[in-house]
Amino acid sequence: MTDRALAVVRSGALTTVQDQGRPGHAHLGVPRSGALDGPAAALANRLVGNRSEAAVLETTLNGCAVRPRSTVTVAVAGAPCPVTVDGRPAAWAAPVRVPAGSLLDVGPSLSGLRSYVAVSGGIAVEPVLGSRSTDLLSGLGPAPLTDGTVLPLGTPDELHARVDVAPQPAPPTELVLRVTLGPRDDWFAPEAVRTFTTRTFRVSSASNRIGLRTAGPALERTLKGELPSEGMVLGAVQVPPDGRPVVFLADHPTTGGYPVIGVVREPDLPAAAQAVPGTPVRFIKVRSR
Amino acid sequence: MRALPVGDGALLVEVASGDEAQALHAELVRRRAEGSLSVREIVPAARTVLLDGLDDPARLASELTASDVPPAPPRARDVVELPVRYDGPDLADVAAHWGIREEEVARIHADTEFTVAFCGFAPGFGYLTGLPTRFDIPRRATPRTAVPAGSVGLAGPYTGVYPRSSPGGWQLIGTTDTVLWDHARVPAALLSPGTRVRFVPVGAA
Repeated sequence: MTDRALAVVRSGALTTVQDQGRPGHAHLGVPRSGALDGPAAALANRLVGNRSEAAVLETTLNGCAVRPRSTVTVAVAGAPCPVTVDGRPAAWAAPVRVPAGSLLDVGPSLSGLRSYVAVSGGIAVEPVLGSRSTDLLSGLGPAPLTDGTVLPLGTPDELHARVDVAPQPAPPTELVLRVTLGPRDDWFAPEAVRTFTTRTFRVSSASNRIGLRTAGPALERTLKGELPSEGMVLGAVQVPPDGRPVVFLADHPTTGGYPVIGVVREPDLPAAAQAVPGTPVRFIKVRSR
Repeated sequence: MRALPVGDGALLVEVASGDEAQALHAELVRRRAEGSLSVREIVPAARTVLLDGLDDPARLASELTASDVPPAPPRARDVVELPVRYDGPDLADVAAHWGIREEEVARIHADTEFTVAFCGFAPGFGYLTGLPTRFDIPRRATPRTAVPAGSVGLAGPYTGVYPRSSPGGWQLIGTTDTVLWDHARVPAALLSPGTRVRFVPVGAA
């Protein structure tokens, strides 16, 4: 029996295990979690012949390095970055064979923020509530990787055909997010709503898997006081007392007490996951479908 | 009742009181169980119920606002009993706020049957209602940086038990050894919306 495992040699700034998350438990206070750039994670899985629900590694900014104990096929998608195997350049966004004991290095992102590393068989840590995702808000799932972590791998599924190369969108130089207003846009003056949908914000370096924070104009509330806690959705744009909009990403809290001025369309969120700090952000008002 | 659209696939249904929110939540869970409502998440909160993952939120909105929500159905669920030591560091402050003696705080709390109105803040953290409104209490002016797991606290109209150690601003009146959240257990959460709860005093007061 081969030793299907992956040893972490360099964990990088923040590398976590992610799959499609654990939706369906919000009523218990459990965030959905899951890969922030879902299409990139799915592409990486397809490239190695994994099912779309297989767990992958999500890196942040400076990649990671791992050493498989058995020969595997890997693919790196999401933020473009140099990929090497034992120091030799290998393809990005394509299947790459990594012999047992070789070092796969996923380098710093050239553009974008998060690269996704799929390994044939998938990362096979024990699932929690049906998901292997690391949830940084509530601490569910495996801890973020540290140097020396050994991750078990699943058995490759030969039933699923691979693709050899695949196009994917470039990380945004300007992030344009379509929003439907509400449910609490009436807590803001019309002027503040206009500011929200016409001015340019910037991605703040305080952003994380919980939310994309912005710097820029503050949105002033007309209704003061506290909003009783209410359920929050993925993509909700919450406005805390400092007036700077926060776009909720996968690890967002399930309830919150700050008013939600609008909700970003889900197909626009993967680009938000790849926007580096300083990227201009505009919110474009669209009608609810 | 108002039904506010939230993005393209969700609806925030707002009602007049916490009791109505609990009744609406129970009704929506019933509809989902019988198959007449297809939805990914039903998230009750203080005055609202969020429905996320709907195919046609607009149609459900008009249907809901046109109908009456029946009062909460008879409570058939068992009562979860939580053994508690009323030894919290804020017991004296709570007693002073309520204008009674410390032992009375424990008696009033232990004589109350609570219901989990909703969960949030952390996996398995329930917001329990049941105390009369005259016992509402503000959060501590300065939150604690670490509240131990099992701490029983009060804030606003709610009682809650910290499932794990975390920062928190609730007024702490006691401690339970019961494990509120264990993801290896089925179900992981001891308390979920609608669960009835009683605190049973144990040990030296």
